[in-house]
Amino acid sequence: MPYRYLGDIAIADIAFEAQANTREALFVEAGNALTNVMVEDLQSIHPVEHRNFHIKARDLERLLFEFLQVLIFYKDAEQLLLTVPKVSITEKDDNLFLNAEAAGERINPETHELNADVKAVTLHRFHVRHDPEGWKTTVVLDV
Amino acid sequence: MTVPDTLVGISPGVWELPRTYKHGMRVPARLYGTRELVHDFDAGVFEQITNVASLPGIVKYALCMPDGHWGYGFPIGGVAAFDPDHGVISPGGIGFDINCGMRLVSTNLTYDEVKPVLEKLVDRLFERIPAGVGSTGFVKLTPDEFLTVSREGARWCLKNGYAVADDLDRTEEEGCMKGADPAKVSQKAVQRGYNQIGTLGSGNHYLEIQVARQENVYDQELAGAFGITRPDQIVVMYHCGSRGFGHQIATDYLHVLLSVMEREYGINIIDKELACAPFKSPEGQDYFSAMKCAVNMSFANRQVILHRIREVFSEIFRRSPEDLGIRQIYDVTHNTAKLEEHSIDGRAKQLLVHRKGSTRAFGPGMGDLPEDYRKTGQPVIIGGSMETGSYLLAGVKGGAGTFYSTAHGSGRTMSRHSARKMYQGKSLLKDMKGRGIYVRTVSYKGLAEEAGGAYKNIDDVVKATELAGISKRVARFVPIGNIKG
Repeated sequence: MPYRYLGDIAIADIAFEAQANTREALFVEAGNALTNVMVEDLQSIHPVEHRNFHIKARDLERLLFEFLQVLIFYKDAEQLLLTVPKVSITEKDDNLFLNAEAAGERINPETHELNADVKAVTLHRFHVRHDPEGWKTTVVLDV
Repeated sequence: MTVPDTLVGISPGVWELPRTYKHGMRVPARLYGTRELVHDFDAGVFEQITNVASLPGIVKYALCMPDGHWGYGFPIGGVAAFDPDHGVISPGGIGFDINCGMRLVSTNLTYDEVKPVLEKLVDRLFERIPAGVGSTGFVKLTPDEFLTVSREGARWCLKNGYAVADDLDRTEEEGCMKGADPAKVSQKAVQRGYNQIGTLGSGNHYLEIQVARQENVYDQELAGAFGITRPDQIVVMYHCGSRGFGHQIATDYLHVLLSVMEREYGINIIDKELACAPFKSPEGQDYFSAMKCAVNMSFANRQVILHRIREVFSEIFRRSPEDLGIRQIYDVTHNTAKLEEHSIDGRAKQLLVHRKGSTRAFGPGMGDLPEDYRKTGQPVIIGGSMETGSYLLAGVKGGAGTFYSTAHGSGRTMSRHSARKMYQGKSLLKDMKGRGIYVRTVSYKGLAEEAGGAYKNIDDVVKATELAGISKRVARFVPIGNIKG
């Protein structure tokens, strides 16, 4: 289960749960889950435009929150649909540093089957946890 | 059964959960609705409205309207008033889509005149008013010009030929909330929003052509005063907000307030989405000033869309907007916090009233209403689902119990995820066409999520507001054309 949408919380919005073996893979899946809310088929997004970005945060939850917000930002500011195939996370002096290489293309209603616009990542039930099955997160998006 | 045992009926359509329901509640929670509506509230409503009741400085009650449903922080349909001197301001009580609201526009056209050109009209509106994920608007601005819009709201539209003075008179706050300070807005918010003036957005945002059938006019006198004067009259109703600009401002300040709330002000909250700060604190005031920028952007957004509506109707009917009687009835915001004067235990008191998915509904004679509506009470625009219908209500004198607030829509009962499983966008579109509703959409999946069956019965919701004495039915409108993102 890389990610799945949840029907039983926050009925006006969209909640998802993602799971992966590593923190980095969890971020990739959560990014895919977010972009997949906006576009039906992730395969329809061709890697024409590339954006690299860096985020510093004190904890993993805030890092994930800011990471997802970047994808929302590019959707509005540059009309870009992005996926992030590569993420690296390092730690230094009690801070976490994320480097991401995102790729995608400008929104085109002719070639992208569009769904709901994501307005924001909410903190409602937002969490990241690690258990014997791996890394997991639950996210509620405002749409 | 999600209804708590301690919920008691107070008066017709009004229910209360006492302070003893949950540790930390400072005031009781009051929920509005018929027995059926209240019993159908999802569990999140009871949990969230009682969390709201625990916020510092809350006055009288935490309130939930009959269209209430699970949100984040506040429930959708949540209303709470705070003492400005000792209480808080919370972005979670306003929503990410700051000044999401409704605008209603009348015409002198009738259904028979519009029916032959309905598809052409809807197609043209769909072409001219951008909707859907990441759409950009037709008003091209530099970031600096955009900041002027965020300060001036619909006044900017009037100066730049996108409005007539009458539109502003008939907009809440006259289309410009005073005290907006663009210096309190992040660069990110500007970058997300400056190219989105004149866009509908997606989700439950839409524009509809509707008919006021004679049998659906409940109060002839009020309807006449609001501009509903002829049988089968055509009106245009739309729902949208402050787009990426408002979403980013809310996100930015959620974190600003979380970072100081406990450390600086010793406030502990149950849910992070209830992040808040004392209203009079620097952070609280900064958020209030930034929020007003988003409020103004949203008024401008709905205003330039009205300009486009005038252009399209004029083009299709080859008559001027004046000749077509295109006149704004009113524009209401249903996601805000505003300073208002209310009577508390017989004494006039200024309060900071948060409404999240709730409409202000000032009664006859109250301040801040335009001359046209001082005697009638405020027009209240209630958007229903795209399949069923919408309402025009009026504020009433007896609305003090909710700080003169009422419902804002029909309220969801089914999650988007479940609606997608139950409905298919393409077949829904075809069914609706068969029922005389012509729809253009950017997203079939998005359309399925908005199916009528995913919402409460709007007739029940508005009747409940009447039962509780917080607003009054004026007219019901039936959709015949819809564009959505």
